Amino acid sequence: MRDTFAATVNQAMDEDPRVAVVLAAISANMFRASAARHPGRVIDVGIREQAMIGVAGGLALAGMRPVVHSYAPFLVERPFEQIKLDLGHQGVGAVLVSIGGSYDAAEEGRTHQAPGDVALLDTLPGWTVYAPGHPDEVRGALEAAVPGDHPVYVRLSGTANRTALPVNGRLSVLRTGSPRSAGVVVAVGPMLDRVLEATADLDVTVAYTSTVRPFDRDGLSELVGAAGNADVLVVEPYLRGTSAHEVAEALGDRRHRQSNLGVARDREVRAYGTPAQHARAHGLDTEGIAKAARDFFLV
Amino acid sequence: MAMTTAAALTRYADLPALIGLMEGDEKHKGAAHSTLDVVWVLYDRVLAVTPGTADDPARDRFLLSKGHGPAAFYAVLAAKGFLDVPTLRSWTAFDSPLGHHPDRVLVPGAEIGSGSLGHGLPLGLGTALGLRARGVHRADGAEPRVVVLVGDGELDEGSNHEAIAVAGRLGADNLTVVAVDNASSSHGWPGGIGARFEVEGWTARDVHGRDHDALYEALTRPHPGRPLAVVARVRS
Repeated sequence: MRDTFAATVNQAMDEDPRVAVVLAAISANMFRASAARHPGRVIDVGIREQAMIGVAGGLALAGMRPVVHSYAPFLVERPFEQIKLDLGHQGVGAVLVSIGGSYDAAEEGRTHQAPGDVALLDTLPGWTVYAPGHPDEVRGALEAAVPGDHPVYVRLSGTANRTALPVNGRLSVLRTGSPRSAGVVVAVGPMLDRVLEATADLDVTVAYTSTVRPFDRDGLSELVGAAGNADVLVVEPYLRGTSAHEVAEALGDRRHRQSNLGVARDREVRAYGTPAQHARAHGLDTEGIAKAARDFFLV
Repeated sequence: MAMTTAAALTRYADLPALIGLMEGDEKHKGAAHSTLDVVWVLYDRVLAVTPGTADDPARDRFLLSKGHGPAAFYAVLAAKGFLDVPTLRSWTAFDSPLGHHPDRVLVPGAEIGSGSLGHGLPLGLGTALGLRARGVHRADGAEPRVVVLVGDGELDEGSNHEAIAVAGRLGADNLTVVAVDNASSSHGWPGGIGARFEVEGWTARDVHGRDHDALYEALTRPHPGRPLAVVARVRS
């Protein structure tokens, strides 16, 4: 996904003189050719993440469209006040593109992991958040985001689904349950393939989105209305329950149940290894999702 | 009481009265604002920006990073016609555009919202780099400049030092910082504030912060290839 991100943004730089890239050393080699072609429009501030976001805010104030990129903890958590003030409070936007979300950087340990990135941005108004599940969805998200002016977060992932789906802001239905179905499962981004496998023998509707914010409340309401039960299981690749309030809002007009899977809130998994091992530790592997789904849907 | 006409309140000597509309009628207090003379000299003699060019991409930009105590800034904006004088009376009311920290979305002429310290310099650097990347120039060929006002206490914030290093290394000579030094930093700056900028590739100048001619000279003498830091010393 990082290669698709770089290719898409490099192409956008050739086509749109407003586009600038702001980096803090990470991935600088992927933008060297653009830096040579477009002087002053690739700005590597070195390992200075506060300046990275502040400079992006200034570029936006000067009429540019900044694309800002680093590891999620250094892009979102370390300069969070800059995101709040230098973008939001100034009334300008930027496209923030992260790598290393959740436990993608498993071997690097906790310092390089930020499962709370989307939940943090959720405390600020006006953000569009994409969690693409396929490189083609990265391209789709960026092609929607870069021409605009508003704040956008694109969360790249080290894992991808087999097939890309449209990036249109709406829930895509992958499997439709019967009128007597147990409920609806919402898979976000790279969770889709394992959700499909984990729920293969359940009578449920499976829907997918890579557009996390704004969340498709109307779409969920409609799918739940057509299901046998107003029971919703959301499987997200970041902090557990990040979208719980969206589901509650979407279904606020009826009795419903919901359950959320994601990265654990109640403990730090102090381990290295692989992303697959971390997925297992958080119950986000196929077996973990299957068990949680059976328990929740009471089958 | 009848409102004095706005046209009359346009001089330096009127600033204490304008500040008095916000903070109460203590003229000596108004004149004591540490930023008053710097902001006045900038808008009166240095910056190429007027209410008529406030949206011109090629205008000069003033970023009040040290958002505390903005009455002097609001007073200058009013004296220069960016703000209506009667608006000053609404200062800090719920529906007033004028709070204890400026909000660019609410205050005509304010380039940034500030208050939390250490944000203006990185924003100013980004603005300077953005204007340069866009190739923005005025009709006479002049490149617009970006002037950021920080306080010596504000320089405690590490974000400033990130931006000072980057601006120096990138040779952003369309960027100027005015550091108003009223010795309010908790731990001081041994060797002086200017030295922090010089070592990173800036031109630094030290002036008395109440001396209008010295401020003007320091702010306008060329500094090719290097961003400019003017340290303006004041007592309060």
